Amino acid sequence: MDYQLIWVLLIAVAVFAYVTLDGFDLGIGILFPFIKSPKNRGRMMNTVAPVWDGNETWLILGGGGLYAAFPQAYSLLMTAFYIPVFAMLLALVFRGVAFEFRFKSKNHQKHWDFAFSAGSIIAAAMQGAMLGGFIEGIAVENGRFVGGAFDWLSPFSVFCATAVVVGYALLGTGWLIMKMEGDFQGNLRKLAKPAVIWMAANLGVVSLMTTYVNPAYAQRWFELPNMLYLAPIPIVTVGLLYWLWHAVKKREKTVFGITLGIFLLSYLGFGITLYPNIVPPMITFRDAAAPENSLAFMLVGAVVLLPIILAYTAYAYWVFRGKTGDEGYH
Amino acid sequence: MLDAELLARIQFAFTVSFHIIFPSFTIGLASFLFVLEALWLRTRDETYLSLYKFWMKIFALAFGMGVVSGIVMSYQFGTNWGPFSEFTGGVIGPLLAYEVLSAFFLEAGFLGIMLFGLNRVGPKLHFTATTMVAIGTLFSAFWILSANSWMQTPDGYVIENGRAVVSSWVDAIFNPSFPYRLVHMVLAAYLTTALVVGAVGAWHLMRDRENRAAKIMFSMAMWMAAILGPVQIFAGDLHGLNTLEHQPAKVAAMEGHFETREGAPLILFGMPDMEQEKTKYAVEIPKLGSLILTHEWDGKITGLKDFAPEDRPNAAIVFWTFRIMVGLGVLMALLGIASVIARLRKKLYSCGYLHRFALLMGPSGFVAILAGWFTTEVGRQPWVVFGLMRTSEAGSPVAPTAIAGSLIAFVVVYAIVFGVGTAYILRAMVKDPRSAHIPEETEILRAGGRQSTAAHPPVAGE
Repeated sequence: MDYQLIWVLLIAVAVFAYVTLDGFDLGIGILFPFIKSPKNRGRMMNTVAPVWDGNETWLILGGGGLYAAFPQAYSLLMTAFYIPVFAMLLALVFRGVAFEFRFKSKNHQKHWDFAFSAGSIIAAAMQGAMLGGFIEGIAVENGRFVGGAFDWLSPFSVFCATAVVVGYALLGTGWLIMKMEGDFQGNLRKLAKPAVIWMAANLGVVSLMTTYVNPAYAQRWFELPNMLYLAPIPIVTVGLLYWLWHAVKKREKTVFGITLGIFLLSYLGFGITLYPNIVPPMITFRDAAAPENSLAFMLVGAVVLLPIILAYTAYAYWVFRGKTGDEGYH
Repeated sequence: MLDAELLARIQFAFTVSFHIIFPSFTIGLASFLFVLEALWLRTRDETYLSLYKFWMKIFALAFGMGVVSGIVMSYQFGTNWGPFSEFTGGVIGPLLAYEVLSAFFLEAGFLGIMLFGLNRVGPKLHFTATTMVAIGTLFSAFWILSANSWMQTPDGYVIENGRAVVSSWVDAIFNPSFPYRLVHMVLAAYLTTALVVGAVGAWHLMRDRENRAAKIMFSMAMWMAAILGPVQIFAGDLHGLNTLEHQPAKVAAMEGHFETREGAPLILFGMPDMEQEKTKYAVEIPKLGSLILTHEWDGKITGLKDFAPEDRPNAAIVFWTFRIMVGLGVLMALLGIASVIARLRKKLYSCGYLHRFALLMGPSGFVAILAGWFTTEVGRQPWVVFGLMRTSEAGSPVAPTAIAGSLIAFVVVYAIVFGVGTAYILRAMVKDPRSAHIPEETEILRAGGRQSTAAHPPVAGE
């Protein structure tokens, strides 16, 4: 069995699960500056309070899985992204504790709202910047990182950072439209419209810039017959954006679903661009893989436990389905 | 000027020390909540539900802080210890992956139902959620201690192409020090929680001796201290003997022994001096050192001088952290014994001295755990993986300024976040536990009647 391929796909799935699940709850923090009322902010948080912790666990699986399955890639990427990784982690500390702290003190509520919002924005921006730095490639010689502490920072990575922030905000809006009712839902719909336009622009620009970053990326997409096979990805994405634009006006559940679809296609495109590199531009997932028996041992656990995890995670979402009210245990 | 290695070590020590406080508390607290809910379901006595809700709020705060400080740890192996990650990825990586898959998801998946779901899923399913969270914390302890123990006493591996490859998963997971470390740590977590619960119970008893909720938690906590205190001393002794077998240099540093000799004394206090290779101002009891470690009067104890200078752990640190841990452990056992005497004399709820003693001992579990971890981790030095990889070879090629900058950021952020969090926990602890659950209250009364929800009162019809 090709354990290396199975594991690179599993980690890709874990990262995608993280991006979408934590994406919408980070998105809620990103929307905070546009929602002023403490009551609505409390409701927004209540929609994710029972599940945010599970969402963030996918980030640990992504990091831990990379360490376990591709230790060399983990070591190189964490060293290269030293500053954005720590900035993201510290931002996640602030926003994570805000879920509890916000309800503990009326006097400090504004501060924890700020921590939640700023933490969410910084964490999303750092993820975007790392995405950009990742696409641009990492300086490696003889298996060691030889670049500087700020190699990840470039106009392209800054643009990717804003794209991820806007994308998460849209995911969060879609989630909230599903969970909220009445006037507040109407306000959210108004917020969603410019976000859709902005996201469409971001997707176009990031896609085009990616093909300029590295000639090999352009080749993969624009060479025949690849171009024909891959054409459905951008075409369907454009179709989904058009559908989203109309769904935002009156649909309740589809907004979130379509946004997820756009994320999935973008992620697929990203994977196709970079495959088989795990530390672009040179190191493939096969170069960086852990010993076969480690991959096999972990696969046993993943095959047994992942379906169980998905089942009880789905159950937890089902328990808290429907519109969210004001109840809490605090 | 501090070098990159030392800065990275300080950063790891700082972040992991902060982190461990929370899981060691939540491991015990999750099991305590499991017992409280089981008692409530069995007896339908509302006092147990009050206690459950009271401690659940504290659990939520501590768990949240444990999660966010734990995510940091899962990335720090790569940021600061890249070569270590590459060398051990095939061994420790899968153990941590199993921790995520079997423990973290379980805890996180059911935590939401545990905190928010009582009215939605009913008591039985809710109890299942509490049980899953409690089991998750124990699974987590299993895997993380297996990984840590492998760094102390590696087994079941071969070295291929400069990295560790597992030859036997059973030997790697159940490596020689793992069973001892697991038992010692889980007992420590339970004891730490019992001491916190005992202190909170004592605090409320000092205010109102008839507070039934306070009586129940104090009594339960004191039973735990009375049983686990002495058991922990016994388990710790076994762990020490295991360390003597596998890491004799660590034990020599803990004991402050530089010379190898038969019939070695027990050094109670002193100042180990690594440069002069002796323990100054030593206060000793003849022969007792050999008796404790070898269970023979004239047993031979190896001193630090038998190890090359570059292979010795820093005795000045380890000697003292070990004594802090042991001293607090003895005090915990004494508290347990004192509580049994008070109980037999029917003064458990009225003895002011006992309550004050229990209150003072509240934080002692955390201090003992940190002291114990410093003993075992500093005692492993200069190795990061004992006998296989030196700490000096394990660091990432990161500029010292980047490490120093992130270290300062961690200190500032942790001081703010966990300082405030601890204040909130203390504030939740001094509230009357009887008010945590008022039977037959309505939703609106409950939400409106409390300070914490007053910020977002329910609005009818929305």
